Amino acid sequence: MNTACPATPRILLRKTNLDKPLWEKLFMDIPYIVKPREDTGLYNAKVGIWLFLASEVMLFGALFSSYILLRVGAAAGTWPHGLLNVALGTINTLVLICSSVTVVMSWASLKLGNFGRYRIYQSITLLCALTFLGIKSVEYHDKFNHYEVIQTDGRIVDGHLVERTKDFDLAKKTGAVTLLGHFVEKTEAGAHEATAKHAEHSNITIPVAQIKKMENYGPWHSTYLAIYFTLTGLHALHVFAGAAVIFVIWGPLAGLWKTDPARYTNRIEISGLFWHFVDLVWIFLFPVLYLL
Amino acid sequence: MQPTTHALPHPGVLESHHEELSFWRKYIFATDHKVIGIQYGITGLSFLFFGFCLVALMRWQLAYPGASIPVIGGSLNAILGDAMMNKSPQGGYFMAAELYNAFGAMHGTIMVFLAIVPLAFAAFGNLIVPLQIGAADMAFPRINMASYQAYFMGGVIMLVSFFIPGGAAQAGWTSYSPLASIIATDGQTFWLIGMVFLITSSLLGAVNFIATIIQLRAPGMTWMRLPFFCWAQFVTAFLLLLAFPPLEAAAVMQLMDKVAHTSFFLPTGLVIAGKAAEISGGGSPLLWQHLFWFLGHPEVYVLILPAMGIVCEIIANNTRKPIWGYKSLVYSVLVIGFLSFIVWAHHMYLTGMGTKISTFFQTTTMIISVPSVIILTCLFLSLWGGSIRFNTPMLFALAFLPMFGIGGLTGLPLGFNFSDIHLHDTYYIIAHFHYIVAPGTIFGLFAGIYYWFPKVTGRTMSEHLGKIHFWGSLIFMNLVFLPMFAQGMAGLGRRMYDGGATYANSAETIGIPLDMIHRNVSISHAAWALGLAQIPFIFNFFWSLKHGKKVTSDNHWGSTTLEWQTPTPPPHGNFLKPPVVYRGPYEYSVPGHAQDFTPQNQP
Repeated sequence: MNTACPATPRILLRKTNLDKPLWEKLFMDIPYIVKPREDTGLYNAKVGIWLFLASEVMLFGALFSSYILLRVGAAAGTWPHGLLNVALGTINTLVLICSSVTVVMSWASLKLGNFGRYRIYQSITLLCALTFLGIKSVEYHDKFNHYEVIQTDGRIVDGHLVERTKDFDLAKKTGAVTLLGHFVEKTEAGAHEATAKHAEHSNITIPVAQIKKMENYGPWHSTYLAIYFTLTGLHALHVFAGAAVIFVIWGPLAGLWKTDPARYTNRIEISGLFWHFVDLVWIFLFPVLYLL
Repeated sequence: MQPTTHALPHPGVLESHHEELSFWRKYIFATDHKVIGIQYGITGLSFLFFGFCLVALMRWQLAYPGASIPVIGGSLNAILGDAMMNKSPQGGYFMAAELYNAFGAMHGTIMVFLAIVPLAFAAFGNLIVPLQIGAADMAFPRINMASYQAYFMGGVIMLVSFFIPGGAAQAGWTSYSPLASIIATDGQTFWLIGMVFLITSSLLGAVNFIATIIQLRAPGMTWMRLPFFCWAQFVTAFLLLLAFPPLEAAAVMQLMDKVAHTSFFLPTGLVIAGKAAEISGGGSPLLWQHLFWFLGHPEVYVLILPAMGIVCEIIANNTRKPIWGYKSLVYSVLVIGFLSFIVWAHHMYLTGMGTKISTFFQTTTMIISVPSVIILTCLFLSLWGGSIRFNTPMLFALAFLPMFGIGGLTGLPLGFNFSDIHLHDTYYIIAHFHYIVAPGTIFGLFAGIYYWFPKVTGRTMSEHLGKIHFWGSLIFMNLVFLPMFAQGMAGLGRRMYDGGATYANSAETIGIPLDMIHRNVSISHAAWALGLAQIPFIFNFFWSLKHGKKVTSDNHWGSTTLEWQTPTPPPHGNFLKPPVVYRGPYEYSVPGHAQDFTPQNQP
């Protein structure tokens, strides 16, 4: 075989390349970046994102399966209910559904050639993402502020932190802590969360000397909270990543709309598919963690 | 995109970059699939060597428990610290139990995740698949680069973990909880973070390979004209894509157990060193095993399928006749891919998960041996009536067949749960899976290196040295692993720090014959000899890069597949003109043709 390159087509292509940035020149040679391949009907990135989402299904699928196994394996009566704020969860669900609509509308706007409307829709998407993450951090904060104190007399106080005295120190056994909460009726061994909603809440001050164990409702508190923080944390990371991608395309990379609108629109489609997946995960997370 | 490029059916193949890329762009932050393949290859081979060195040291401890390590004992102590090495009363240093455990865990991890998968899947896949399907590059070159970088980072984290206080992970490559979670050192945390990087790398690679094979096949390259190597890589990519995420989930959860003190895998009432653990409890150790082996078993096929693909290419080429049963091969590999997802719990017969579940997984395990046997049979039958060229790649490919056969057949007693009870966790299982991966997959990889070296470098490797390498490897591989079957059947456990010497004095009560324990010495000698047998290869590899005989033709072996229909080495963009495929992949010795091979792109 002749190893020398024919010269003409090379020169021809380089001329058309001269006004392009280097990284784009590097990827010139791959077909179906914008136009779909005839037999598959898809462009490359669309195949890629669907495959990636398949692996994401397996990732979250494994975590949901773990949730089922842990819950089925829990001793009777120990799986907590009603720990989370259903109202906030519902608002977050609505926020994400709303963002899914705006993502579709932004893509449709680009298909119609209306760049301005695309930007408005997509900024609503970004606002929704921020709202979601904001509400999520309020919920997290609430859990980290929520304490269970086992007293030396065996009684359990459950409530939110109001204040600690300045000399509060669990190791030195000095000071006191005030919780807005109630005494749990059952003792150490039994479950109690279900009754928490109906109990009268009041400020309870406990001297540290009377505290046997004090622990907040972090992931270390129970298997339920462990899977709650892991699942929602991983999901929040996905929301953040999706929003970051949408923002980068919305702002810094918007120049592509002028030079290659079809490719720009494809990017919105790809990031939109990811965004819908992230929403869908939440649609499963919400009932599983908040309602069941 | 400029309309000019749309007008051409396959624009990229005409395009090549004549502005010289800087060293960094070309070799470090490369996006060209061939450069990335070479990056994977060099890194993977280095890890293969490193993983072997770990086990070579462990073999000293197994053969001569408590004897100080000659020559390098002092330097090991200086590098790894006093906690990892014990001072011998006769002077010198020998391995502490913690170090033995760390080496054992890291040997497995490095060989599987840092050596074999990157070599078999990523290196050969990157180098060969785009060429064989007639593509200009992978579908997502920058993701390809990110994939290599994630792999590299994962490798660095694994290596760094040897030098942190307490050393590397010690709970075996399977990292069973609670053991993995309760060892107080940070080795396991490093292992988990390293694994997250490696898994990410595999995912990015898998997405890229599947998209490339679906989208970038040259015109005329229909599915049934795809070389079997590409099919094997395609199925492998699906296994990685779908089996790895559950391990990623498991790694995240074990990481939470380590750093956020959750109890995903820690049961209620766990007692550590006589004290009740301060944990919330409620977790399930079995859950880790399910998630781990959900990856772990498909991973076995990730290790073997690419090697089968390589062997198939080489056998077709060197028998000069079409492969026997191409369609059976393709359907078998697809069935293997599917079934490998529902056999995982045959690693868990002894966990007490229940007889019904055991029966199910025993059944699926027996079924999956059917397509494996079909593949092996097709390859054997392909030899029938061929006028075989016994060159180095072909020798390795031929040796692959019986070696994989031994590995596969000895797996059957492990697949039955009644016989597995006796063999579980003994040297028998070590021998079984090493027959699959060492004289199996690694022979396939060697075959591939000798076979494609002329295409990648433009020079051939020495046949003489290659044959010395082959015979040395074949003999010593068997001397290492064959006796282990006997040891295992005699009941020698696989994770013993002293190779069973503790039981030597009470061999009668334990029931392990003394000669089985003494066999550790000859096995260790064979293992070190196996290391020496690689010197001809290492020398040959580097010497041939500069001084090997230059190839006289672009198609050095007279092959039909597209990777040989390019310039040598292929330029950026691979093909001089867009290839069009007219025929199947193995049209050798077609009657009435002038040559004994008809390339796929010949009309």
